[in-house]
Amino acid sequence: MKVLVAVKRVVDFNVKVRVKADHSGVDLANVKMAMNPFCEIAVEEAVRLKEQGIATEVVVVSIGGSAVQEQLRTALALGADRAILVESAEDLTSLAVAKLLKAVVDKEQPQLVILGKQAIDSDNNQTGQMLAALSGYGQGTFASKVEISGDSVAVTREIDGGAQTVSLKLPAIVTTDLRLNEPRYASLPNIMKAKKKPLEVLTPNALGVSCASTVHTLKVQAPAARSAGIKVKSVAELVEKLKNEAKVI
Amino acid sequence: MAILVIAEHTHAALAAATLNTVTAAQQIGGDIHVLVAGQGAGAAAEAAAKVAGVTKVLLADNAAYAHGLPENVAPLIVALVQEAGADSYSHILAAATSNGKNILPRVAAALDVDQISEIIAVESADTFKRPIYAGNAIATVQSSASVKVITVRGTGFDAAVAEGGNAVIEALALVTDSGQSVFVSEELAKSDRPELTAAKIVVSGGRGMQNGDNFKHLYALADKLGAGVGASRAAVDAGFVPNDMQVGQTGKIVAPQLYIAVGISGAIQHLAGMKDSRVIVAINKDEEAPIFQVADYGLVADLFDAVPELERAI
Repeated sequence: MKVLVAVKRVVDFNVKVRVKADHSGVDLANVKMAMNPFCEIAVEEAVRLKEQGIATEVVVVSIGGSAVQEQLRTALALGADRAILVESAEDLTSLAVAKLLKAVVDKEQPQLVILGKQAIDSDNNQTGQMLAALSGYGQGTFASKVEISGDSVAVTREIDGGAQTVSLKLPAIVTTDLRLNEPRYASLPNIMKAKKKPLEVLTPNALGVSCASTVHTLKVQAPAARSAGIKVKSVAELVEKLKNEAKVI
Repeated sequence: MAILVIAEHTHAALAAATLNTVTAAQQIGGDIHVLVAGQGAGAAAEAAAKVAGVTKVLLADNAAYAHGLPENVAPLIVALVQEAGADSYSHILAAATSNGKNILPRVAAALDVDQISEIIAVESADTFKRPIYAGNAIATVQSSASVKVITVRGTGFDAAVAEGGNAVIEALALVTDSGQSVFVSEELAKSDRPELTAAKIVVSGGRGMQNGDNFKHLYALADKLGAGVGASRAAVDAGFVPNDMQVGQTGKIVAPQLYIAVGISGAIQHLAGMKDSRVIVAINKDEEAPIFQVADYGLVADLFDAVPELERAI
């Protein structure tokens, strides 16, 4: 069974971003970039499926500028077999990304596609569900457990207030939540080997996909700052403040 | 033109998140239709009909919708939009709950429109504000889509009045069962405490709690206050408490009247989930902890002394 994993290059999760002075976006110049944490979990899950003998090939795909090759090489070092870059310098919406991924799905015909549930830059949480809609596949979003059996996959999902398990016919789409697994680190020999693994570069044009968008960003601002309050000296003072000053208890 | 609100419900009752979504719809302006898709969901539909501002309730009651499977519910919504004609629904809104986030992008893609996720403010009928980068920036976005598909962050909008409305309930015969997915099981945490996103007071514990057993101190305090209990990602990752208690960028977003952070350092990821609370209290023995930079009232103390004392003092 072939597994396709989609990954995104984002600002490293440890970086606190700053809004640009002209409010056109956030300042990404000289900021450390990394693979989106949820995408790392997606790669790990696919590699584990291969190690268990369930997956025969793991193909990793990303969309973006040529710098995205860095994250694809990381995925190859973690155990993916080959990579596809759909090269586009534009700022794409989740729908455009889903359309490009659909074209890759048509080309590659994977039985399972694993994506992160959301990217930590745009925080959209849309692409996996949209790819499922466009492909006509079932979707197991926010997965904390994935079990393949025969021609179906059981996905345990993190939902508000607990967990839900659904069974999906393959091919299917899975999006990862944090507790699905703990991603490994790439070893130096594997990083060296990854440099020789195949990386194919495609374009939206070659895939016949239009990336037109109906949403545009007017401005980006810093959130309203919350100023530090006061330090209280005792529990008694805290209770007094909450009762008489804040009036919340 | 009307706005279609996808109800969040438990079949027997309407979930509080639906009321916040209705308020967002009221701010956009237009007739408000509420879709209740479920099984045995008549009571939820009746509750929706009473919500002030709702003009019509559409009830799709069928086994196919019993568990909110997106493969079945999304085609229902798409069919409603398409049957209603090109210009009849201007917006489709759902709460940004795990259910809304699961279903709505599937609807948007099927309608070939972009989705706007987790709005926190309505600027006009086509312009909205939403947080990006875990709330470290706020984007103002404008949509030119024929149907605007939007999820609504509950903490950005007050709850609509749950009584006083008198909308008609229209039963839908349409059944969209894709057969692609099957519900297997569900395990919901049972709790008598208020649900985190709806609670007026939330008490949360972090790594400083040291273990799951110590959360009993927070439960005792919460029960005295009628509060919900949450946790930081550090506490969840350490296995102290289950994931559904997690408050933060990757967990639940809360904005109660009072948020009490106990033994929580205040990582960006956690602040993203609670910094819109009206009053924030931090109890931590490390006076350099970043949580104190957002707290209205900070108490530098050992939580194992302070929390029981606070419980007794209230």
